[in-house]
Amino acid sequence: MRDKWSVPGYVYGWLLLMPAAVLLVAFTHYPAAATLFDSFFTTGTVVRPRHFAGLANYAALAQDPIFWKVLGNNAVFALGTIPTSIALALLMAVWVNDRLPARALVRMSYFTPTILPMIAVANLWLFFYSPQIGLLDKLTGLFGASSHNWLGDPDTVMACLAVMTVWKEAGFFMIFYLAALQSLPPELEEAAKVEGASRWYFFWRVTFPLLMPTTLFVLVNATINSFKLVDHLFILTKGGPDNASNLLLYYIYQVAFSFFDTAYAATLTVVLLALLAALALVQFLLIERRVHYR
Amino acid sequence: MSAVMGRRLPRLETGAAWLLALLWIAPLAYAIWAAIHPAALATHFDPFAPLTLDNFRKAWSFAPFAREFLNTTILVAMTLAAQLVLCTLAAYAFARFDFAGRDIAFALVLVQLMIMPEVLIVENYRTMARLGLVDTIVGIGLPYMASAFGIFLLRQTFKTIPRELEEAARVEGCSMLGVLWRVYVPLARPTYLAYALVSVSYHWNNFLWPLVITNSVDTRPLTVGLAIFGAPESGVDWAVISAGTLMAVSPLLVAFLLFQRQFMQSFMHAGIK
Repeated sequence: MRDKWSVPGYVYGWLLLMPAAVLLVAFTHYPAAATLFDSFFTTGTVVRPRHFAGLANYAALAQDPIFWKVLGNNAVFALGTIPTSIALALLMAVWVNDRLPARALVRMSYFTPTILPMIAVANLWLFFYSPQIGLLDKLTGLFGASSHNWLGDPDTVMACLAVMTVWKEAGFFMIFYLAALQSLPPELEEAAKVEGASRWYFFWRVTFPLLMPTTLFVLVNATINSFKLVDHLFILTKGGPDNASNLLLYYIYQVAFSFFDTAYAATLTVVLLALLAALALVQFLLIERRVHYR
Repeated sequence: MSAVMGRRLPRLETGAAWLLALLWIAPLAYAIWAAIHPAALATHFDPFAPLTLDNFRKAWSFAPFAREFLNTTILVAMTLAAQLVLCTLAAYAFARFDFAGRDIAFALVLVQLMIMPEVLIVENYRTMARLGLVDTIVGIGLPYMASAFGIFLLRQTFKTIPRELEEAARVEGCSMLGVLWRVYVPLARPTYLAYALVSVSYHWNNFLWPLVITNSVDTRPLTVGLAIFGAPESGVDWAVISAGTLMAVSPLLVAFLLFQRQFMQSFMHAGIK
């Protein structure tokens, strides 16, 4: 064997890792730390350079009704989209896992929204929700309802966004269920058939419990995702009306790039990071279990 | 996705599955309908309405689509190329080398799975300003080039490759990078394909960070252009917006329709690991 390999492994290890590590530190770890640091300072201006502010930004945050509104909206958005998406995803997966005519077409139809950018989706759905000319208004008009500004009404805007998001996401989650269903041993189903178990009974007593790890995995990922999903707001509502559809990441964008209050944006980002970290912890514990399950 | 498996779906559920499939494809089908008919007829369902490509022509001249297509293509290709190189090297280090701090370093890499660069827009914008990369295509792609997801995926794959193959290559006189290139990379081809499809889809569709970091037509990718174009303020009528939106999504959509199986298997593969 030649000498090339005689350099100790750790040198090679670090050398190989170095390019990726530099970028990861520069764009993930450093900015996360800098954000935390910034949240203890004021936003500097030309006339007033930034100075240490202690917890003042956090005090302002606690007093900021928009922050609480936005946080509540994130909860509503998550609760309004995730359970429905997951239930539909499971249904879709069970259906296309069995034999049915035109299965490939059905599967394709379910999955197609997944590969569209959220911006394109918003462009298309904007039209459905437009008052008067929109499809939704035409549909409700058939039943004699008067025209309604679906996205302009605080009572309906979140529901509209939720429906669109479910449409976009369900097919993506279906993929995970499909993979899980295909890894279930077929003997289970044969045994159930011999026992004369009904399809319904088999699903709830056998399939659903066995899919639990997948459900947990999808659940955590969907929750993480729901904090990052804000693209549609740029097209559909800009967070309005009166912040009725505003979400945390969009609010951060507004505070930083419309109001130029970077210190407060940093403070809001810290909250988002804390939420994501908490979810990461949950996921870590779940993945640990998944290993045992496997 | 074997065709043999699974029993026949009961008739009632088959109907429901079809109905849901129709419902799911309807928004896209409707956009296509609107895009290929005269704007005045977009909201009237007349099956004999005349067909036209006018809306596509208008959309093409209304927004700098050609430039945005080019920008997105450069962005996606550049990001993927850098990701493949960086992630391969890092994954090799994690999979096959013992070095002090490896496990901590790996945990730190995984942090990026939760905190994607778009969450840290404020601070990353500042960094780009310092580097003079604001409003450049490199600036859009750079934060994503060291991808935790890619490193993780490739590490898992490399770990399954038997060490005997590596030993054999070393006996043949392969250098350390030669082993990586001749043994690990070829055997991980399905993982590379899966990762590439996920990465291309992600960056073709990514919006928030490109919006923040670009401010001119020379760098703006399709999604950002689409947001300007589709915003209600733009005053463009709906048939033209549909046409523009369809043009922007068509490369990915057509690729998906052609390579459906690979796409779904890639997303599956990527999600399960």
